[in-house]
Amino acid sequence: MNTLPADLPDLRPRRQILDRLFRGSTFAAGALILVILVLIAWTVTQKSLPVFRSEGIRFFTQRRWAPSNEIYGALSFIYGTAVTALIAVVISVPISVGIALFTTQIAPSWLKKWLVSLTDLVAVVPSVVFGLWGIIFLAPKLVGVYKTINGWFEGWPVLGHIFGHASVGRTFMTAGLILSVMITPIITSIAREVIETCPQTDRDGALALGATRWEMITGAVLPHSLGGIVGAVMLGLGRAMGETIAVALVIGSSPSITANVFSSGDSLPSVIAFQWGEATSELKRSALIAMGLTLFILTIVVNLTATAVVNRATKKVQGA
Amino acid sequence: MAVLAEGLPSQRESLAAELSGISGRRRTKNLVMTALMLLAVVMVGFVLLLVLATVVTKGWSIVVGSFPDWFSKDIQLRPRVAGPGMKAAIIGTCVITFTATLIAVPLGIAGAVYLNEYGRTRPFARVLRFLANVMAGVPSIVMGLFIYVFWVVPRGTNGLNGFSGSLALACLMLPIVVRSSEEMLRLVPQNLRDASYALGASTSRTTLRVVLPKASPGVISGCLLAIARAAGETAPLIFTIGAAKATNWSVFKGTNTSLSMQIYGNAKESFVTAQQRAWGAALTLIALAFLFTVAARLLSARLARTR
Repeated sequence: MNTLPADLPDLRPRRQILDRLFRGSTFAAGALILVILVLIAWTVTQKSLPVFRSEGIRFFTQRRWAPSNEIYGALSFIYGTAVTALIAVVISVPISVGIALFTTQIAPSWLKKWLVSLTDLVAVVPSVVFGLWGIIFLAPKLVGVYKTINGWFEGWPVLGHIFGHASVGRTFMTAGLILSVMITPIITSIAREVIETCPQTDRDGALALGATRWEMITGAVLPHSLGGIVGAVMLGLGRAMGETIAVALVIGSSPSITANVFSSGDSLPSVIAFQWGEATSELKRSALIAMGLTLFILTIVVNLTATAVVNRATKKVQGA
Repeated sequence: MAVLAEGLPSQRESLAAELSGISGRRRTKNLVMTALMLLAVVMVGFVLLLVLATVVTKGWSIVVGSFPDWFSKDIQLRPRVAGPGMKAAIIGTCVITFTATLIAVPLGIAGAVYLNEYGRTRPFARVLRFLANVMAGVPSIVMGLFIYVFWVVPRGTNGLNGFSGSLALACLMLPIVVRSSEEMLRLVPQNLRDASYALGASTSRTTLRVVLPKASPGVISGCLLAIARAAGETAPLIFTIGAAKATNWSVFKGTNTSLSMQIYGNAKESFVTAQQRAWGAALTLIALAFLFTVAARLLSARLARTR
């Protein structure tokens, strides 16, 4: 192998160089992901420093947001992000898991394809279109619904506060509803994948023991896929927290901390988008960028936990 | 027995019910839960249909009713004045998304090649795979802020242009392209690579001539989905492309606009004329996004047939 016939040119050196070059460039492209993430963390933190210097820890603990007085507190925005994401998850989880179970356990195979396409189509609709639909079509119609629900629970101990006074359509609840539709595809698709890993033998075993289909699902399928579903839900939560435009249009953009889900509020991404145009002072821009940083850290924590949960769940399944 | 059980699930269960004498309560519960699962499907289908129907009915008249104007005239400057014309935003969306694709797709595929052909199970490749997941979860608005701080600010007012928007969208697309392409490269059978190596080809040649062509329908399908996603994004553009109402074909010079930005801006207005424009832009954007998604679908369907 070491000697080549005299009439053949030795291509090895040139080819080796090209091969190395190719390898090097793919490596650089891969490493770009690391570089971008480091750059995001670095540059966004740099630009957040002015507001942290002037507000300190109060940036996270104070409710008051008064740019005209140079008072910047992000607490009500953090609260709004948490509340809307939570509403979205609470509504979306039963629906998503229901769709995933229906698709994998009940639907015949010809229907299955269509059901998968259906949830994928929801993911194709741009978030700004959901926002437009929410603000012009949905929100005005919801005022009456909110009033009715408020009427039912008027004077109840806890629910009376949660479903409190309603007068506008752009609220935490509206934002949560729109978000719940938007995160359904991601939760459904992951839940579907996890559920499909449930061994046929487990399901047949349950049926053979005389279980109804629902008993087979609760006895065999759900325990098997619980970990993965929890992970899927957390990924949905992360997506809901970071969603900007749809929320910015329907949340009402008036920062508040209240248990009442029928009142207007604001969230981290929404305020950044909404007030960016009018933010001319350096400090206000810095405050908005600092909220972006907060969001970046929050979503990374949620997503990392979700990935860990999913990985642990799949390991456990493979081990069993 | 197994074949019978596979083929006839409903008969199998009703037979089981007959034989075991399942109590009425259990049977009702099963029925109710099945109905609830079906209800979940119906609800999502209903919402999707409702959204699409609203967009089509409200957007149709302005987009199709005055046919060429919507695509050939610039955007009305005063929100309260009627008048079709969304050319600036249509061109803006196309130009910005195209540039973002030119940046993100080659880099993403190259990154996927590194992960699947070179890195494999090495620690650094594992870290990158993990980080690609992390990056895919970063909210798009953070990408916009990042490009604003990193790219727009150093360039001052000249920084607000289509290219800055493309960079932000490319950051968004990169992890999606990397993840979907790697998935597709992994599906390429190892013996194809081995055959190529046995003929004396290097890894680069094998990748370019054997692995990538074999994986190309899947890779392209993943890229098309990433493009559809990027075309609909608004948040990253707010900080990067400025605001324009006249058509701007250049990505490097001058501010630009996009369909998504026009929807966002007009949705906030209380004038019916502005809202009308928002619906029209929404219809155009959805049509564009669906076009790419359907193309992706067709490609992956073809892929499934050839396998």
